Parts: sequence; structure tokens; C-alpha cells
Amino acid sequence: MEQNMLRKKRSLKYTYIDCAIIIGLFVLLAVLENIMMPTHIFFTVVKKGAIYALLAVSMNLLNGFTGLFSLGQAGFMLIGAYTYAIFTIPLEMRESVYMYYDGGIINFTLPVVVAVILAGIMAAAFAFLIGWPVLRLKSDYLAIATLGFAEIIRAIFQWDKLGVITNGANLLRRYPKFTSALVPCAVAALCIAIILLLINSSYGRAFKAIRDDEIAAEAMGINLFRHKQMSFMTSSFFAGIGGALLAMFQTTVQANAFKSAMTYEILLIVVIGGIGSVSGSVLASFLYIAASEWWLRFLDSPMVLDNGFQVPLLRVGFRKVVFSVVIMIIVLFYSRGLMGDKELRTENVVNGFRKSKKKLREWISDRRKKNREVAE
Amino acid sequence: MSDTILRMDNVTMQFGGVVAVNDLSLQVNRGEIVALIGPNGAGKTTAFNCITGVYEPTNGMISFNGQPMLRNHPAGKMKKFYAGAHADKFTKAYVPQDEEALAAIAAAREAGDELTAANLQAAYDDAAEQRKEQALLLDPHAFSDKVIAPTPDKITKLGIARTFQNIRLFKSQTVFDNVLIAKHMRAKQNIFTATFRLSYKEEKRMREETEALLEEQNLIHLRNELATSLPYGLQRRLEIARALATDPQLLLLDEPAAGMNPQETLELTEFIGQIRKKYNLSIFMIEHHMDLVMEISDRIYVLDFGRLIASGTPDVVQNDQRVIDAYLGVSDDVED
Repeated sequence: MEQNMLRKKRSLKYTYIDCAIIIGLFVLLAVLENIMMPTHIFFTVVKKGAIYALLAVSMNLLNGFTGLFSLGQAGFMLIGAYTYAIFTIPLEMRESVYMYYDGGIINFTLPVVVAVILAGIMAAAFAFLIGWPVLRLKSDYLAIATLGFAEIIRAIFQWDKLGVITNGANLLRRYPKFTSALVPCAVAALCIAIILLLINSSYGRAFKAIRDDEIAAEAMGINLFRHKQMSFMTSSFFAGIGGALLAMFQTTVQANAFKSAMTYEILLIVVIGGIGSVSGSVLASFLYIAASEWWLRFLDSPMVLDNGFQVPLLRVGFRKVVFSVVIMIIVLFYSRGLMGDKELRTENVVNGFRKSKKKLREWISDRRKKNREVAE
Repeated sequence: MSDTILRMDNVTMQFGGVVAVNDLSLQVNRGEIVALIGPNGAGKTTAFNCITGVYEPTNGMISFNGQPMLRNHPAGKMKKFYAGAHADKFTKAYVPQDEEALAAIAAAREAGDELTAANLQAAYDDAAEQRKEQALLLDPHAFSDKVIAPTPDKITKLGIARTFQNIRLFKSQTVFDNVLIAKHMRAKQNIFTATFRLSYKEEKRMREETEALLEEQNLIHLRNELATSLPYGLQRRLEIARALATDPQLLLLDEPAAGMNPQETLELTEFIGQIRKKYNLSIFMIEHHMDLVMEISDRIYVLDFGRLIASGTPDVVQNDQRVIDAYLGVSDDVED
């Protein structure tokens, strides 16, 4: 018992250290914003990375922690993005945005914060409706059904008859955006913190129980449908908020962009990070975005060396070829992802370090013993 | 009546053309240890799955603490294919009958005594109302098409916990978390209060109760181990502990001694006796180890091909010819 209390205390200490590190990163970002060019690609990566981190964690909540293989993420992001855009376009801009629909029928604007939360709520409400039929399905069937619903949502938002609200297949633009990279980072961090709290609560344990064994979970008194619905709605809520952030990042919204490819991108991040690891998803999302937007960009532009030698293969589109190969290697050889189902925490790092130190010491003493034996 | 904790009436479970459980009626009294035995494929686990709501029985009623918990009758396509007995007992069309009285009337007719037969018939008809009242007493939903089919979690909430034939622990979680999950059901909280730690008192209570339970079950030193890293015998113990954490009145054990050696079986026998006393449980179990069954059961039901072939105390069942035949097979000479 006492040992347990001690462990709890130490664990709490490490949690404070984790929080301090995250705050430190935010301060670092604020400093960098003041000393670097604001148009530097680094900030694009940070902004998009933070948004994708939130989307990946919300997908992980459903796929990794509740064991529901859903592919509807893009649909819920679309709902979030549109909700945000529709309700925040300033009144005087509406005439120009909705030029084919006489300025649309919505003639009020909401504050940005309210619109972002509403984006989440709308996505969760859709998840509630879709959940009734869809959550009775399992594994692959669930994936196909959610994928189908996401496509239906996309088609409906492009429907001409709804143009007075959604602007049909045209762009939505001129709504408020963020300039500082701190905004998406702070919102994403807050949302991820809430998801973490949920995962570590009684309900999170119930979700994990459903993932591990549905029949046993039900026999333990966990109402499967209700808990799946909860997980689905929570995940969609944060996907909606992520969609709103993405709308701000992209500065324009068009339903056509929210194809299933977007869901796969996020699924890929979840898999690379490790299914069932929040920190893995966050890490993977920054790495993924950095690789695709920044580090591998050079592959897309033809390069001619000083002596006139043109480097073969480098041309538009080659980046995607390399990227696919990298992903295949990851999936083949690191199928558990970067983190598996572990979390990146100072506590785990320190413990792991201690363990490996102990192992190293044992190994050295073993070697010495063997050497001595050989010498004798 | 009042001390009957579980009662099955004419339960039939039919899968397509296969009748897995056929017209099974039994009861478990409060505080009893009752065993359900039978050869492989006799329908024992199917019967368990009916009680816990995993399957919806095709026909029949199961009551818990005198309240109907499950009730169904063949409907739709199954109406046509139904191969079991009492097809209309749990529908509107039910007419309660008294087999004994009917037999007496038939006997009188047979003997040519028309007068007695007529008298008996008249008395029988007069008693129709009484029979109806009696049927209503046993089943408040009698003479209606009411279907009661709760999901397994609701049945667990009523106070029936179970273990599984092939251990079903939550693999990726620790011993402590495995037991803690069972406390989720009765906690007074919702997803908001739990997420934002507003119901931290409830959480604390759950953790304390889990700790106490693990202490009682001598599993506390393993609290941070992964459930699957435990040896087989301890995994069984953990599964029982997890079932106890749901605060059950009735515990269903599906082959608790499967895969155990004689020494472990002996320990288990003692353990089952202990938990019954400690937690005021009634226990209903499926088991193949006859020494365990004969030692601790108060009563035994024997199933064969879905039908109940014998029931009674261990001594009675042991010497029942039908039971011996079912287990050992009947030689051709005897059949001739």
C-alpha cells in the first residue's frame, strides 16, 4: 500500500514535468514567431501539424481506444468547417461570397469561439444520427458504412438547392482566420487534454474494455451501444472543431476537398503514431506534415547540378512516390507504429532509461565475469 | 416461491433447424450451489447464454427474484419452423391446462363411465378461471404477447454475473483495471462529470472497493501486472473476482475448473464454497469435473441433446440410469 502511494506521488511529479515541458514548447513557439520570418514554412508545418494532431487524436479515440474502425472523419471535419465558415462570414462580405445565391439566407454572424464550439456540436449531432444505424455494424462493415456516410455528407453540402446556406459547390471565404501559430496549437492542446482526461476516466476504461472484448464488456454491465455512441459523438465533436481550425488554416472551404483521401491521411498518421497512443498520434502528425510539406518538397522540383548533370527521377509527383515507399516500410516493419500503445511521458522515459542502464550494467558485469573465466 | 432466485420455464433455443435447448425448466434457490452437467454439445453453455441475454431464447420465460426477466415466443419466420414444445404458452393464445385432470377425464371415458366423465369435465370447465388466476400468479404477463429481451448489461445490472468457458479478460489491461471496469456500471456519474473529474469521490470509492476486493481475493500483489501475464489458474480467479465486483446475487460459472489439475480443482472447490458464504451468493455452474460437482453441489440438473434428463441431489443423479446412459452410451444389446 505505502509503496503504491509513493509511486502515485512520483507519478504526479512527472505529470507536472510533462505540463512544464508543453508550456515550455509554447513559449519557444512564441519566441520563434518574433524572431523568424512569419512566412517561413516552419509555421505552416506547426499550424497544420497541430490541427492534424487534434484530428488524429480524435480518430484514435474511436479507432484505437474504442476499437471502432470508422472512416467518417472527413465527413465530420466537413460539417465542422462549413458550420464555422457559414456562421462567421461578416455580414458585409456575404453579398460577394454568396454571389450566385443573393447573399444567402443567413443574416447574422456568431463570435468566433461560439462558432468553433457550434462546429463541434453540429458534427456530434450528425454523429448521433448516423450512429443509430451504423454502430450496430462491426469492423469492416462499420468502416464501409461510415465511409459511405462521409461521401453522402459531402454530396449533400454541394447540392445546389442548399446553396443559400452552403454556397453550393462554390468556395466559402472571407471568414475570420488566425495569424499566429499559437492559436491552433492552444486549441488543439486544450482539446487533446480533454480527450486524455476522458480516456483516463471511468468511461475511457469502459471504451478500452469494449475494444478488448465486447462480450466480456457487456457481461460487466457496460451498455455497448450507449458507450459506442458516446465515443463516436465525442470523436466527431473534436473532428468538427478540427475541421473548423482547418477552415481557418486554409482560408477557404470547399466541400470537394473533404474526400476520403483526407480520412486516409489521418488514419495513416494514427497508424504511424501507434493505434492507442495519444502522444504517438501527435508526434506522427507533426512528422507527417513536416515530411510532406517541407522535408520532401525538394523531390518535386527538377534539380540540375553545377556540371550540368540533371538528377534523374526528380520531378513533380516524385515526392508522393518516395512518401508511399516510406509509409510501406513503416507499415511492414513497424506495424505497431512509433509508440505502439505506450505514451511518451517523462515518467516512462526516465523509467525506460533506468531499466536500460540496469541492463547495461548487468551486461557489463556479465562480460567481465566471462572474461575472467576465460582468463582463468 | 420467495427463495427462488432464478427460474427457467420451458426455455427453448432453436438455431435454424437445430434445437440446442429444448423445453428446459429449472430453478435455483437462494444460497444454493446448483450444477448443470451433461455431455459435450448438450446445450449447457447455450442455456447460460440465454440466461445472460447473449442469446434471445426462442420460447420460454426466465425469472429472476420472482420477476420475469426474459420472455419470448416464436415469432415471424420461426413460427413456421419452431420444433420445440409449448409454442403458444407465452402468447395471447395460451389456455392453461391441468394435465392430471385431463388424464382423469380421459381415463373415465376409456372406462365407458360417461357420467363421471361428464361430471369431471364440468368441474374442469368451472376451474378454468382458477387456472387462469394461477397462471397469472406465476407469470404476470401471461395471456399476452409481451416480449422481454434485455441486453446482457441490463441483466448484469439486475445482479447476475458470469464467467466464461474460455477466459475473457481484458487483455491489454492490468489486474486492477480489469476489476475496476466492473464498478463502472453502478457508479453515479456521467461522461462530463467523469471527464472533468467532478465525480472524483465516486472514482475514489470505486478504486477503494476494487482494492478491498483484490485484497480479499489475494490478488493485490498482482495489481499492476497485465491480466494475460498471469498463470492460467490465477486468470480464472481474476475472472471470478471481476464478476464479484459487479455485486451479484447470482453467479454463473461456466466450467470454472476447465484445464485445472486435481490440486487446483481441490482449491477451487474450497474457494467456491468460501465466496458463496462471504458474499451471500447463489451459484449456478457448468462443470465437467465430477468430483468437484458431486462435492459442492446442492442439486444437479443433467442435460442431454438439449433436454433435461434428470435432476436432484448428487446421490440421486449419480445413480440415475439415464444419466449413466447419456455419459457412457447405451450398448446395442440393451437397446434390442
